[in-house]
Amino acid sequence: MGTRVVRTEDPRLLTVGGVYVDDLRTPELTRAVHATFVRSPIAHALIKAVDATAARAQPGVIAVFTAEDIGEPPGPADQPTAEPLLAAERVRYVGEPVALVLTEARYQGEDAAELVSVDYEPLDPVIDLGAAATAESLLFPGMESNIVETGTAGEADGAGFDACEVVVERTIVNQRLAPVPLEVRSAAAVWADGRLTAWCSTQNAQMSRAVIAGRLGLEPPAVRVITPDVGGGFGAKVGIDRDPIAVAWAARHLSRPVRWVESRSENLVGMVHGRAQRQTYKIGGTRDGRVLAYHLDLIQDCGGYARFGPFLVMLTRLMATGVYDIPHAGASSKAVLTNTTPISAYRGAGRPEATAAIERAMDDFAAEIGMDPAEVRRKNVVPPDKFPHTTPTGATYDTGEYAAAIDKVLDAAGYAGLRAEQARRRERGDTLQLGIGMSCYVEITGADPDAGETARLVIDGSGSATVYTGTSPHGQGHHTAWAMLVQDELSIPMEQITVVHGDTDAIPDAIGTYGSRSLQLGGAAVYQAAVEVKEKARGIAAGMMEASEADLEFDAGRGAWQVRGDPATGLGWADIATQAGAEGLVADVKFTASQPTYPFGAHLAVAEVDVETGKATLVRHVTVDDAGKILNPVLAEGQRHGGIAQGVAQALLEEVRYDADGNPLTSTLADYAAITATELPSFELVTSETPTTVNPLGAKGIGEAGTIGSVPAVQNAVIDAVSHLGVRHIDLPATPERVWAAINEARAGQ
Amino acid sequence: MKVAVTVNGRQVAAEVEDRMLLVHFLREVADLTATNVGCDTTSCGACTVLLDGESVKSCTVLAAQADGSEVTTCEGLAGADGQMHPVQLAFRAEHGLQCGFCTPGMVMAAVSLLAENPNPTEEQVRSSLEGNLCRCTGYHNIVRAVLAAAGDTQAGALAEVASAVSGKDAP
Repeated sequence: MGTRVVRTEDPRLLTVGGVYVDDLRTPELTRAVHATFVRSPIAHALIKAVDATAARAQPGVIAVFTAEDIGEPPGPADQPTAEPLLAAERVRYVGEPVALVLTEARYQGEDAAELVSVDYEPLDPVIDLGAAATAESLLFPGMESNIVETGTAGEADGAGFDACEVVVERTIVNQRLAPVPLEVRSAAAVWADGRLTAWCSTQNAQMSRAVIAGRLGLEPPAVRVITPDVGGGFGAKVGIDRDPIAVAWAARHLSRPVRWVESRSENLVGMVHGRAQRQTYKIGGTRDGRVLAYHLDLIQDCGGYARFGPFLVMLTRLMATGVYDIPHAGASSKAVLTNTTPISAYRGAGRPEATAAIERAMDDFAAEIGMDPAEVRRKNVVPPDKFPHTTPTGATYDTGEYAAAIDKVLDAAGYAGLRAEQARRRERGDTLQLGIGMSCYVEITGADPDAGETARLVIDGSGSATVYTGTSPHGQGHHTAWAMLVQDELSIPMEQITVVHGDTDAIPDAIGTYGSRSLQLGGAAVYQAAVEVKEKARGIAAGMMEASEADLEFDAGRGAWQVRGDPATGLGWADIATQAGAEGLVADVKFTASQPTYPFGAHLAVAEVDVETGKATLVRHVTVDDAGKILNPVLAEGQRHGGIAQGVAQALLEEVRYDADGNPLTSTLADYAAITATELPSFELVTSETPTTVNPLGAKGIGEAGTIGSVPAVQNAVIDAVSHLGVRHIDLPATPERVWAAINEARAGQ
Repeated sequence: MKVAVTVNGRQVAAEVEDRMLLVHFLREVADLTATNVGCDTTSCGACTVLLDGESVKSCTVLAAQADGSEVTTCEGLAGADGQMHPVQLAFRAEHGLQCGFCTPGMVMAAVSLLAENPNPTEEQVRSSLEGNLCRCTGYHNIVRAVLAAAGDTQAGALAEVASAVSGKDAP
């Protein structure tokens, strides 16, 4: 544990490249036909007719399928989760799949799809999430309104505010984002001998298998799902979308192999989006900086179908109070449907939204009472002696050193010096003003601890090990990390350890990757399997050496069992595994945890804002991200870097936008401002490890922390840079246009 | 139409559609799949290759335009002995890749940069990689990898490689 190990995955990825779905050259897919979806160009409409005659007459066209061909019964009009494989009666967002074109060659698909003529009868689009709840136009006419869920946590609004000397209330936006994994959605499927094999770019092969089998009316053993290399997921590839299921249906229906790789323009409207909340916070306390009451009320935009939206708001409500010990607190929410792309999990999934609100509120409160925001935070964090700590909204934090995280990040950043430089620039009236923004966060990781995760470890007669893991990587480095765990415990060199993931024939029972669960559940399962194998080996070795088990010891140096204190004796893994039988030494483990874990940290961002143009530039980003014990710092730092960058992107640049009719305005990467290398500094990471007792590795999740901590830190920094001009708030993303408008508005008001 | 391209030193010729993109020629005709397609607006750089020594986004070049040219893809960087190119080695040493999808294009962009400017500053590295998106690394370790590859001892080797693949003299 804790050593810096470069990845075993890399030589292949760096030389011949990964094997993503579009790269598969397996014989079964040699003659695969290409799938192209016809997607709705209109946000809300009834489908009156679909005419594919012209498309079917095109060269290379094998088939054009519509909902009628698939023949699913129409979804209930009161079930907002009922997504048909292809839209049947109604389209609910631009990008919704309406027909599926199968062609011999790739380019023929695009040509033919344009010739599929769909007669739409437009309906009133519901776009603004603020108006969705009361809109007369309903996405599901069997529902009473577009509201799919309302909920509360903790105390009702109003509790505790009477005793406050100061109360600040503000409505803010946590904007809609596109996840943009570099590999778009993709799938391939083959139907042969009564069995479906599907290659899917997903985070969860086993979950995908269950869904495909259910939708196609097959028994799960009749479906095999394989995840080849996956080019990024970020939560947006949890489970399986309707599109790849339709591809699997087509492969079965045609009895021909089918491959589908969407275009980026399709991806930006067809893949789920993330975030999309409008939040109103109310924070109150004393003039000397003690926060006494907090309430968060929010509207979650679910998009055209209620996928993960209700779950996201549950997480936001749960994590509403962040790292603070607030006597009176609560959250309330509404989740609504709109005629936009569905919202689901995206790196952080519900927690960044909670953090963004409370961390903006803390700065707002600090500004109101004229106190340093770092000082206000330090006064209100949960102290170390209060763990485990149950919040008013119902989360039980396992361990945390929140004040220490603040001190560390301020120290590493040179906080006093930064404030002095800020004062000098203000004094001089510089064009480039300096802003310092902080955020503290606690998040929840290790999703579904009771479902746990599986691992199977096999040591064969050559002394090599194979790990079958239930988790599924898409960049995290599981193959390296899991081999490290086995090597650590059994002294089998990493070169002799193979890691297998994402094949439901090899690993039928597993959960997969989401909610920063891999190391603490999947890794813990691998560790436990190694421990079990070791104990089995002790018994076998004892028999072979005719010694009692208690007299044996494991010599980690040479990876052999020996009679205690007698290095002249010794049995290695090859000997023992051979003795164990044809299967070798095997351990099958399902590791479950008693509860999730709560990583925490503090971020400090330094931004320069050009007060003439409004352009904000992040010049430094310093972070403490405490995810318990670190297995491989190389991987953990990589996760932090990537997370921070996606958070900075939300703070400064990225936003999915629609016009009033629901037409997407950001449906290419030329329009959606995905963050580039020029918009980021190198990051300054501070080490901190507070182990958890929830799993034997002491590890918490690290994949989403960077995103959660960085958004409010950067937003607060931009606002801080122009706060002396009278600016109190700028919504996300803090684009030059917004910053410039905020400066002008503040100046006009003075 | 007939298109013939020398890809990583190997002659690849085929009858293709006029509109076939170079990236699809490389992936489907030459069967070299390291070069990826990540967008449809020349924004992401996942398809970056060297065309006669210059880095191009192969999704924005027709195969026909490359007729008679030399193309180097990520598969063609390693030496004859299989030894990885200094840029590839640096990406591994500095953990400059995660999911690997942007990596071949990013490596080719870095090779091109270092051929033109063997000792770039961090700012120059960032600026030259602006056309290549990575969603995993936050660019932090990519930038470190490029700077590491640009170390003095390796600069000569890089120039040689660039010269060899472009047929031009080393700068």
